[in-house]
Amino acid sequence: MSEFRMPSLGADMEAGTLVEWMKQPGDRLQRGDAIAAVETQKGAIEIQTYEAGVLERILVGIGERVPVGAALAIIRGEGEGEAVLEPVALASPPAAAPVAPPIEAAPLPRPVTAEIAPAQPPMAAIAKVAPPAPSPGARISPAALRRAQELGLDLSALHPAVDGVVGLREVEAARASSIAIVAGVPPPAAKKPAPAVPEPFAAPPPPLQPSPIAARPGLDLDEMRKAIAAAMARSWREIPHYFVSSTLDLTPMLAWLERNNAQRPVPDRLHYAAPLIKAVALALKAVPVLNGHHGEHGFEPATSVHLGIAVAMRGGGLIAPAILDADTLALADVMAALNDLIARVRGGRLRSGEMTASTATLTNLGEGTADAVQPVIYPPQVAIIGCGQVIERAWAHDGALSARRTMTVSVGGDHRVSDGRSAAKFLARLDELLQHPERL
Amino acid sequence: MNDNDSDFARQVRTALYAIAPDLQGEPLDPNRRYRDQFEFDSMDFLRYVVELHRLTGVDIQESDYSQLETLAAATAYLRGRAAGQE
Repeated sequence: MSEFRMPSLGADMEAGTLVEWMKQPGDRLQRGDAIAAVETQKGAIEIQTYEAGVLERILVGIGERVPVGAALAIIRGEGEGEAVLEPVALASPPAAAPVAPPIEAAPLPRPVTAEIAPAQPPMAAIAKVAPPAPSPGARISPAALRRAQELGLDLSALHPAVDGVVGLREVEAARASSIAIVAGVPPPAAKKPAPAVPEPFAAPPPPLQPSPIAARPGLDLDEMRKAIAAAMARSWREIPHYFVSSTLDLTPMLAWLERNNAQRPVPDRLHYAAPLIKAVALALKAVPVLNGHHGEHGFEPATSVHLGIAVAMRGGGLIAPAILDADTLALADVMAALNDLIARVRGGRLRSGEMTASTATLTNLGEGTADAVQPVIYPPQVAIIGCGQVIERAWAHDGALSARRTMTVSVGGDHRVSDGRSAAKFLARLDELLQHPERL
Repeated sequence: MNDNDSDFARQVRTALYAIAPDLQGEPLDPNRRYRDQFEFDSMDFLRYVVELHRLTGVDIQESDYSQLETLAAATAYLRGRAAGQE
């Protein structure tokens, strides 16, 4: 028997709230299976087991907040016998029940049968812990539901638009009228347009007014901002950063990509992020002091390259799940992995493995943004790669001048582990790789 | 008939919500670029094009992508492609 515990899903996570059991007592578990979904500052994340066996017992109910390290369930390993006391344990009073997570006012474990929720699609998990929907027959958009909950609005008091749907506009109107009542001022004019953050993965955006556009269901952007602030403050406090940059000629890679995409059917086309990710992963593999974790025992280089991809959230905020073994994947598989990550950042759930595995991170500002970024390392990693937008520049080469599409790539490195020379070596290798995209 | 209520427009909306489920029920300005309305980035856009292709079977060249950036433009594009095939 072993305890399945609340994992730490980031440098500064203290606790998570259980929102769904995805496996039930008696279910067989394979390594990597998602067992439960947990609400964190980064939204709802599926937590996975690294032990095969059978889910013996669930110790925590839906809606309970559980500190990192506390037991969530008991797993019977493969080959272990049935627990003799199982039926007793299930029905026993708190004294014989598993220890409750040590948090204030946490309810004692109740008989698990009463707590098990039916399997539900990911989006429904949030609705389950949410208050009832507005007036019967009316629907509410997921973004509007989240916003209304954030604002603490009474959902039954929301008035749907003519199409019967409560959207963000209706939520904002309800908020405005409640403010107007309190402050005695007329409601403000229509909502401001959301700022554009036009790339799949981008550096932390500048401070913004809370945006009316919501992110994933279950995500509290204020909480996410706190999590980013805590991680970055820790990074700046503990890591002696250095920054090294080079401007690379991306023309060969982009031209190769365009030629290939013209031959490919729509679903098989590659975004330039795919060869960029692959090349960054290969270059990291060549410079091991930029790839790994810095922990209690100093630097531990990683043997694999699990590249965290910073994805900007609608409405602000940032999340950086990993593409596992990015250096070994074919470009089509990198593209598929990226697609899958972005789909789940936008409308699904990320998994604990990909939240904790990153051995380095890539942040790409993207089109219509800025030319360069000096990125801050996400602990316990020791390097972060930041890419500016692709921009056409006058480029001198072999004594002649031409217009080339270029990108400024910066490395934020950790002086406890490496120095600028290592980063320069990385950039030179990256440049070499991008000049021969057909070999990626 | 208002073009924004046509079957073509419905297909565009379906593709949009398939890749951005959090936008369902949100007001959608047919003439504003998704990028300006919804912070769409270029990966979101590519996923939307793929979904549009999957739903309609229309083979969309990269050079046509700029005609798909709003609901109204994409609807007109699909209508034009359908007319061209007849």
